[in-house]
Amino acid sequence: MKARNFRYIRPHSLDHTYRILQNEGAEAIPVAGGQSLLPGLNMRLSAPKLLVDLGDLQELTSIAHTDREVRLGALTRHCDLLRSKIVREKLPLLKQAAAHIGHVAIRNRGTLGGSLAYADPAAELPACSVALDAILVLGGLAGEREVRAEDFFKGLFETDLRPGELILAVRFPLPEKKATVGFAELARRHGDFSLVGLAAVAALEDAKITQARLVYFGCNDHAKLARTVSQVVTGVRLPLADNTAFEKAVEQDLQPYDTPGLRADTRIHMAKVLTRRVLNSLPGGQSA
Amino acid sequence: MSDLDLVGAEEVVIDAIINGRRVNRRVPARQHLADFLRQDLELTGTHLGCEHGICGACTVLLDGRAVRSCLMLAAQISGKSVDTVEGMSANGKLAELQRAFIRHNAAQCGFCSSGILLTAYELITAGEVMSRADIREFMSGNLCRCTGYHAIIDAIASVMESPKPETGA
Repeated sequence: MKARNFRYIRPHSLDHTYRILQNEGAEAIPVAGGQSLLPGLNMRLSAPKLLVDLGDLQELTSIAHTDREVRLGALTRHCDLLRSKIVREKLPLLKQAAAHIGHVAIRNRGTLGGSLAYADPAAELPACSVALDAILVLGGLAGEREVRAEDFFKGLFETDLRPGELILAVRFPLPEKKATVGFAELARRHGDFSLVGLAAVAALEDAKITQARLVYFGCNDHAKLARTVSQVVTGVRLPLADNTAFEKAVEQDLQPYDTPGLRADTRIHMAKVLTRRVLNSLPGGQSA
Repeated sequence: MSDLDLVGAEEVVIDAIINGRRVNRRVPARQHLADFLRQDLELTGTHLGCEHGICGACTVLLDGRAVRSCLMLAAQISGKSVDTVEGMSANGKLAELQRAFIRHNAAQCGFCSSGILLTAYELITAGEVMSRADIREFMSGNLCRCTGYHAIIDAIASVMESPKPETGA
């Protein structure tokens, strides 16, 4: 199918963008990489009156770092996450995750800000941003504000973004030196949306987990910290055995739906398998 | 600042470089790039399969990078350069890939070939020699419903491995 009729505008400044969004209200949709929006337009799942193309906003493309954090502009593309030396060295979780997003041509267009704003429950980057305890920098006519990733995702495709607001950048605090990361997802084919995935940030001492932040995706209506699992695995020495308390915790933290082709309890099972797989393959996890 | 356009328009004038030639056209905002290439410019080498980003048949190069032309608006290419399969053989590299595809019998019905050639082109121009598994991963966004994948990977690997004339290796 073809998209419905809409108007298009490509503003050159943030202020101009804010004014367009204010003027048009809910009828306007910002487009960054468009790799989720355009399929939706082609299939007429969404029909905005105005498309506001953020593509010329150079101020949203920078990748910068200090000794405390890495700040990625909202228009950082998935392919940049794979190529950037800063991301590779400082935020290996994002690099690992980016390799699972769609395919080459999708990663060449799709953006970090777009993925977070869209808040697909099966997407990789919302989960990673919660696991890394990132802070989103949002901007609008009223000024800028910051929101923790944990508070940003509210529900199914629902975020804390207010009308007329944009994600400008994401600040990733650098994990402690001892921190290590793990990432895995299960999909029927590589590049498909995940059925179940897990992003983990953990600190290990002598193969013992001293801190953990685990975030599952594809299992809840939005990206959120799996608090019980994170608590239960803290203090545990790897490798994680079967039938331990973590399995109960997984059942407690995840509320997957039955979907055509995949029952909720199958997802829970897959989440348990992934938990073992990810934690047991953490660097330093095999020394016991 | 009061005369700033806040509403946009249903028709957009684009000024882009397509296959090395400057193109200046007025396009409907809703028209995706693949339709613009095929219908307005009659560059029908770009094929449309699924029209929602799954199949890869419509892959073109945008500023040298593979993108889905069904997931971009024609309005978005203004100021950028787009290359399609029609424009790519003159520089030699795609022609080399095309010859390899013929040599390895890497096209059956041919519907996916233009998208596959352009994705492979980004891979070849990166200049790295990759394992077969990495080539498969790189090409995984392009579906071939004749399932001729092995021959396609063979063809791409042969170009990747063949010594470049200028290095004399």
